[in-house]
Amino acid sequence: MEKPLTQHINPKSAPLTFKEYEKAGGYEGVRKALKEMTPAEVTQLMKESNLLGRGGAGFLTGLKWSFVPMDEASKPKYLLCNADEMEPGTFKDRYLLEGNPHQLIAGLIIASYAIQAETAYIFMRWAYKKAEKMINKALAEAYEAGILGKNILGSGFNLDIHLHMSAGRYICGEETALINSLEGRRATPRTKPPFSVVSGLFGQPSVVNNVETLSWASHIVEKGADWFKSLSATGTGGTKLYGVSGRVKKPGLWELPLGTTVREILEEHAGGMAEGYGFRGLLPGGASTDFLVEEHLDIPMDFSTIAKAGSRMGTGTMIILDDKTCPVAFIRNLENFFALESCGWCTPCREGLPWIEKILGAIEEGRGRMEHLEILQRQTKYLAPGHTFCAHAPGAAEPLQSGLKYFYDDFVKHIEQKKCPWR
Amino acid sequence: MLSEVEKKEIQEEMKMYPVASAACLSALKIVQEHRGWVSDEGVKAVAGMLNMSNEEVESVATFYSRIYRKPVGRNVILVCDGISCMIMGHENIYEHIKEKLGISYGETTSDDRFTVLPISCLGDCDHAPSLMVNNDHYNELTVEKLEAILSQYK
Ligand SMILES: Cc1cc2nc3c(=O)[nH]c(=O)nc-3n(C[C@H](O)[C@H](O)[C@H](O)COP(=O)(O)O)c2cc1C
Ligand code: SF4
Repeated sequence: MEKPLTQHINPKSAPLTFKEYEKAGGYEGVRKALKEMTPAEVTQLMKESNLLGRGGAGFLTGLKWSFVPMDEASKPKYLLCNADEMEPGTFKDRYLLEGNPHQLIAGLIIASYAIQAETAYIFMRWAYKKAEKMINKALAEAYEAGILGKNILGSGFNLDIHLHMSAGRYICGEETALINSLEGRRATPRTKPPFSVVSGLFGQPSVVNNVETLSWASHIVEKGADWFKSLSATGTGGTKLYGVSGRVKKPGLWELPLGTTVREILEEHAGGMAEGYGFRGLLPGGASTDFLVEEHLDIPMDFSTIAKAGSRMGTGTMIILDDKTCPVAFIRNLENFFALESCGWCTPCREGLPWIEKILGAIEEGRGRMEHLEILQRQTKYLAPGHTFCAHAPGAAEPLQSGLKYFYDDFVKHIEQKKCPWR
Repeated sequence: MLSEVEKKEIQEEMKMYPVASAACLSALKIVQEHRGWVSDEGVKAVAGMLNMSNEEVESVATFYSRIYRKPVGRNVILVCDGISCMIMGHENIYEHIKEKLGISYGETTSDDRFTVLPISCLGDCDHAPSLMVNNDHYNELTVEKLEAILSQYK
């Protein structure tokens, strides 16, 4: 089984240097794109490959690039790499940033060339200190080798990549909030339209892509769309970094064909539940996805199939709820996070989330009443898509609405017994 | 108020962006790096240097969780309270810190050695529970490990 994204990653040793990655053929895609292809051809290839964005929403990457205006007057343009990764339970981009920075740089060059951006920013979460070091070192090597800077490989194409270290706040990962943050403002999302591809950073056309998405670009240019499609188990295309955390035997991260079943990831790769712990449910792709339960284990982890089961692929890193963890406490932890991280712009999110958190606290501490459950249900409706400015609030509603569905009896038990049955 | 070193570092950051105000966060972080936190004077100095109003800089400084607008101890302990760490027992870790140092979230020891704050998921989920002290990550924590870690910070 091919593992293009992680083949050169060994967490125990330093990532490949520019020379080593070049020797392994890592920059062949860049060479091919800049020397043999037009920007439009690169974008077209990306479309054909069906590379869906790995940042959570699963948007077709080539299509996003194709929305960027290509006339001279629309310059300067920007490519923005989203390395904010603050979704609870998610640790996949960190692995790529620390483990193979040159793979990402190669992807950034290709994406920038496709949209004709001469400046790219990597927007990275402040806590990723090791990744910061690795990326800075790799950027310095790339400049020295002439693969960044002016007239790259004699193609006439120029590109500067800057690393921007953030200062905290989950909302910075939202595309338009990220742009505001890069401009030195509060990270509140912007109204859409205009979309960032037309008017983004400093009012100029800008593409925002996730680390895992961009890490693919050079591989696809080098080996083609058909090769990429053949890697997945479902025809969607590519492999995926899947992760598991919680009470399993071997928590970790694995590159597997996109569409590997939930059961295979959980039982074969994560080794099943840890001794003495039973399975109750899981969030398939971070805190802002709906719970899946036993009946969903044989579903392939693919964007469309997980959506059919009522959840989202999200980041593809699962969090397991075991039978010794209280589901109400689990959901309360998530809602506490969402309440704290709300940017405060719209009412259902700013006011609703702390209210939800308070109610969950009351239930968990034995002060719950049955009407609280109705209030929670109603709140999930207020947080639904279309009622707020960005997807933060709908994301916060997902574990709550599905938690109320699958663990309703546990909520009721708290209220009836006037205490948490797990304590 | 800013030292020559701070000014130089901020000027270096300004080169990364086409407009000066985009370096606002980086400038605040530089001030904090040198002084531990960002005072009112720090906000004003950054505003002056980047040609922004004090209020604009203040609005940015108070939005981001990693900019401290109050003094903190010499070392800042950030206890991950993300969901994976909760499942894996971060509660015990926090309880131990509270007991050992006598401080809760948001507080600083009387000798200014430690401040303890909660932090959202650190991305170390497969090695939970986790925390950071200053810029260092620590994983798969136990109470014994914690003792050894804390003793390294004076
Ligand atoms: C609250 C919120 C937080 C987000 N955080 C991230 C993040 O940390 N990393 C990321 O790649 N995308 C994040 N996204 C999704 C981005 O808005 C955007 O869709 C994504 O970066 C696009 O990249 P892709 O097309 O390559 O997936 C977040 C979205 C929301 C609403
Ligand atoms: S939904 Fe929440 S995070 Fe998003 S813009 Fe509204 S208040 Fe801000």
